[in-house]
Formats: sequence, structure tokens, C-alpha cells
Amino acid sequence: MKRLLTTLSISCIAMIMAVQVIAADTIKIGFNLEMTGDIPKVGESSKFAAEMLKADINGAGGLEVGGKKYKLEFIYEDNEAKAESAVTTTLKLIEKDEVLAMIGPNSTKQAIPAGQVANDNEVVMISPWSTNPDTTFNRPWVFRAAFLDPFQGPMAVNFAIKTFKAKTSAVLYDLSNDYSKGLAEIFKKLFESKMGAGSVLAFESHGTKDQDFSAQLTKIIAAKPDFIFLPDNYNQVALIVKQARQLGFKGEFMGSDAWGSSELMTLCGKDCVGLHFSTHYAAAGATGATKEFIERYKAKYSYTPDDVAALTWDATGVVLKAIQNTGGLTGKLKKDRKAIREGMAAITSFSGITGNMKFNEQGDPIKCGVVVQITKNGEFAFNESICPE
Amino acid sequence: MENLVQNIINALQWGSFYALIALGYTLVYGVLTLINFAHGDVFMVGAYIAFFSATFLLTTLGLPGWIALALCIPVTMILTAMVGVTLERIAYRPLRNKGAHRLYVVITALMCGLILEHANLAIFGASRKAFPQLIAEHVYTIGGVTFTNLKIAVIATAFLAFLFLHWMVTRTRVGMAMRAISYDKFAVPLLGIPLDRIIVVTFILGSGFAGLAGLLFAMSYPVLEPYMGALIGWKAFIAAVVGGIGDIRGAFLGGFLLGAVEIMVVAFFPSTFRDLIAFTVLLLILTWKPTGLFGIAKTTKI
Repeated sequence: MKRLLTTLSISCIAMIMAVQVIAADTIKIGFNLEMTGDIPKVGESSKFAAEMLKADINGAGGLEVGGKKYKLEFIYEDNEAKAESAVTTTLKLIEKDEVLAMIGPNSTKQAIPAGQVANDNEVVMISPWSTNPDTTFNRPWVFRAAFLDPFQGPMAVNFAIKTFKAKTSAVLYDLSNDYSKGLAEIFKKLFESKMGAGSVLAFESHGTKDQDFSAQLTKIIAAKPDFIFLPDNYNQVALIVKQARQLGFKGEFMGSDAWGSSELMTLCGKDCVGLHFSTHYAAAGATGATKEFIERYKAKYSYTPDDVAALTWDATGVVLKAIQNTGGLTGKLKKDRKAIREGMAAITSFSGITGNMKFNEQGDPIKCGVVVQITKNGEFAFNESICPE
Repeated sequence: MENLVQNIINALQWGSFYALIALGYTLVYGVLTLINFAHGDVFMVGAYIAFFSATFLLTTLGLPGWIALALCIPVTMILTAMVGVTLERIAYRPLRNKGAHRLYVVITALMCGLILEHANLAIFGASRKAFPQLIAEHVYTIGGVTFTNLKIAVIATAFLAFLFLHWMVTRTRVGMAMRAISYDKFAVPLLGIPLDRIIVVTFILGSGFAGLAGLLFAMSYPVLEPYMGALIGWKAFIAAVVGGIGDIRGAFLGGFLLGAVEIMVVAFFPSTFRDLIAFTVLLLILTWKPTGLFGIAKTTKI
């Protein structure tokens, strides 16, 4: 009898608690981030920006959806910057944590496989930083906040031809990284179409875990290019630029948005000063809401937010707007996820801190990019803004 | 021609690291017939020890670069040797005393390596460390061939380390005891040779030189991360096997051979095929000489 009573009371308590969990007005959003592995700073920046946004909204009472205020709950999972971990992380967020939408992964290498999983499971995913077309291509549930490599490639080519007065170039890229490889190929095709066949004098690759690039660089330097295009992650950029200088290369480098981590300059130091790369926003000399974001982030985490932080802020903002667009949540997971997708598709333009975006039918934003130059103080200073025609 | 000479210098520098790490594999294998898979991570720990001692000497004590470097070398070697000896004491020796099969010790070594990697990740975080510059690097160009003072120092150190170890093993009493243990582990203690002490000396030598390699590596490639030792450790192990594991000359030559193959493949073929061609070459060498260049066939191997 006593045992029965205990069982009954325990199950009663359990039921009350369960009801409370359901009734608690929270919105769960998953973050699939690169917190360890090759590019830990990327995951960290993303998380910091998201935490800041969450504190803002929860501090103001929550997000208003259909006349009701919801508290935000962000779940951060580490994908170790690996493609296979990104897939399991996505599944965990969707099935175990039951998130309404997922933000991340940031890097293309993880975002392409994770996008497939999110699309198959019909959950909205938005990648803040991935620039490879395949991430969102033919995936109605997958979106992004960054511009695309077919836009970034021409940016680099045009800028180098105009500013460096370059007639020849060389490329060094990471063979096992979809982002790097894709961008390198776009660059080569376009540069050769503008400057004639064979104007890309060397097209060399390396592996993700490589630390010595002397053989590739010797080959590139022997070809005497006007500049080297380096679509690589910041950690490798630091090693490659240094080794190129040690091998006597004095020419220019042109980089891509994967350079834009706040950690680039701590690793690379004076060797990277004066170099240019294309990116999503320029922290030095920003105005308006962007400036406010940078100052608050800097005050809180004591370093200048990189482009991933800004893009995560915008990506999360887009998802929250989509949730508001649903006009009210039902509490049924499948139905709400579908409503959020429709809410995403309904966003025609969004004014973010990385510029204004309009989404096309692939879920890709149409927005401007900038070329920045690294200053003596290690800041990424605005050099030129390039918008799609 | 200039390119060839340039690539030979590149290969010598890159091979130096393989050689220094492979020496540690081969010493331990020679004495214990144990493949110490934690060795690559001991190298990583060496690089981190070098990082912390260099930062401490440079910024906290404010010493000039060359004094910091002169102090850094012994500090790194001693501390890394202590890490290696600790592993031997807490992980390998208890198993050996219980008479466990060699296979279990190898698995233990693999686990020790993972523990070192992930302990580092947990304590110091995933963020990379930038190694401070200890000495000013000068770039010299002679007849189209470019090299730096650091590169020459790395290559010279590798050769000196090899000569020292070779002398140690072939010319000293400790070396003689090491060779004796490798020949017959059961008869040697009966002759009054302290088995455990000789094994500790082996680990001190192997890990000490891994620490030196870590310091030089951190100076040449100044970006440190917890997994930096894994891949280079495996490749150095391959180098040791190709050279003939258990033989010091083999490890040294194998290290430079692997470095040269990797660099030359990139120099003369598309770099996309580097690992494919490089490891095919090594496979062919092993097919031709399964015991490696200097190896002697033994009846039982792992």
C-alpha cells in the first residue's frame, strides 16, 4: 500500500513537472558550431554573438510571437569542425533536443552535409558563414546569411587586377576543404577568362593538417606570379604567408573571407600586415547598428567581433523574424517547423548589421561584400565595397 | 637546378622533424619491442612546454631572445623527458610487471596519446597558440636558393642528435645495456643489469629529443594546437618502420627519406597526388625490404 502511494505521488509529481515543461513558453533553437577542431575561434565568435542576442531579447521579456512572449533557449553543440560530426550533431539537435530551427554549421565543409540532414528532416537551417553554393542548392529548408563564392571569386579577381595591376597569379588551396577548393576553381576559371589561358601560373593544393608548405611555395615562387590567391582558413594562412616570406616571396597575397578571424593576427603577426582579403563586413570604420554591435561585443568579450560573429547575429535575427512571421506557435513540432520555413520564405528583405539582404528562391541572400586591408594594428580596414550588379 | 637545391633544403628541414621523432620510436622499440604510439603526442607536449617556458622567459622575466632560447632548450628537454618517464611509470611498467601481452601495452600507448591530446584540449582550450619569436630570422639568398638561419639550425640539430644517440648506443655502457636488453630481456637482469633503470634512460632519451623536436617545430611553424602531434607522429612512425624500426640509423634515414619523398612528389607532380604517390613509394620500399632499410627479420613482431 505504502509503495503504491509512493509510486502514485512520484508519478503525479513527474506529470506536473512534464506539464510545466510543455507549458513553459520557450523557443528552442539549436546551434551547430565549430567549437573545437581546426577553427575553434569561429565557433566561439558565433556563440558569443548568439548569447548577446539572447540576453537582449530575454532581458526584454522574450520574443513576441502572435501576441505571446516566448523566452529563447539556445542549445550549443560542438561539431569539432568535422563533416561527419556535423551530421550527428544536426541529428541530435533535431531529434533529441527538438529544436525549432538550427543555426550553423558555419564552415562549408560541415554545412554541406549538415544541410542535407536538415533538409531531409524538414527543419530550417541557416548557415551564417558558408559561401559555397552547394550548401543551399535545391534544399528548400536551408538558408544562409553570407554571400556566395560565385560572387566572392569575381570580387577577388577584379580587385587584384585593378589594385595589384596583376597580369598573372598563382593559387594555393586546401584540397580536402570544399570551400577552399570550390573558390580556388571559380577564381582560376575567371582569372584565365580575363587575363588569357595560362595566366594562373601555378595551381597547387595541400592537406588540412599540413604544416609545411615549402614544396608548393617553392613551385609557386619559381613561376613568379604577380600575386598569390589563398582561399584558406586563417590558421593555415598564418603558416603559409610566413613560409612564403621565408622562401623569399615579396609579392602580394589576396585572401578570402575565411581569413577574417580575430585570431589571424595573433597567429600571423607582422607578416600579414598590408595584405587584402574579401569579407562580409569591415569592423574598422563601421557606422550605425553595426558600430553599436561591435562596441557592445568588444566591451563584453574584449576583442573586435569577426565576420562570423556579425553574420551569426544576422542569421539568428532572420530566424527570429521568421518565427514571428508564423503569427503564433502551436507547440506541435512538425507543424511549427513548417510554419517557420514558410516564415523564412516570406522574408523578402532584412536589414542586418552586415548590410541589407534580399533572399532569392534558393535561400541565398543578395548582398554586398567588402575588401579589407590589414593595418599595422591588426585591424581589418575597409578598402572597397563591391555589390552585385 | 636552383629549384632542385631549394627543394633539397626544404626536404632536409621537413625530414629533420620526422627523423627526430622517429629516433624516439625506434629507441623504445629497440629496447622494449613496444611501439610507443603516444610518442607523437609527447612531441606535442614538448612543443607546448617550449611555448610556456619561452613565453615565461620572454615576457615575465623579460630576458633577451637568445638567452631565453638557451634556457628553453634544456628546460623543454628535461620536462618532456619527465612526461615520457611518467607515462612509462604509470602506464607501461605496471603492465610489463604483470606480464601483459605486448598488444595491450600498444593499446595503452594509443590511449595515453589520446589522453595527452584531450587533456591539453580541456585545460588550454581549442584556441591555437602563437609561438613567440625567440631569435630574429634572417633570410639568405645565395644563387637563387633561399634559406633562413633557423632552417640551417634545425638540420644541424637533427644531425647532432643522431650522432649523439648513435654514440650513446654503440659506445657507452648504458648503450651496451640497451642493446643487451633488446637481445634478451630475461637473461640481462640475471647479469646484474638494472632493467627498469635502463628502460627509464631509454624513455628519457626518446622523449627528451621529442621535446627538442617540439621546440624546433614550434619555432619553425609557430602555430600550436592539441592535435599537432598526431599526424606527424604517425608519419614519423612510418618513417621509422621504413628505415627499419629498432635501428637508429634506420630511423634517421627513414625520416629524411619520408621528408624527401613528400617534398619531391609535390615539386615534380601535381600537389593533389602528394600522399598518394608518397605512400606508394614507401609501400614499394617495404614490399622490396619488409624489415625496412636497416631492419633485421625477427620471428615475432606486432
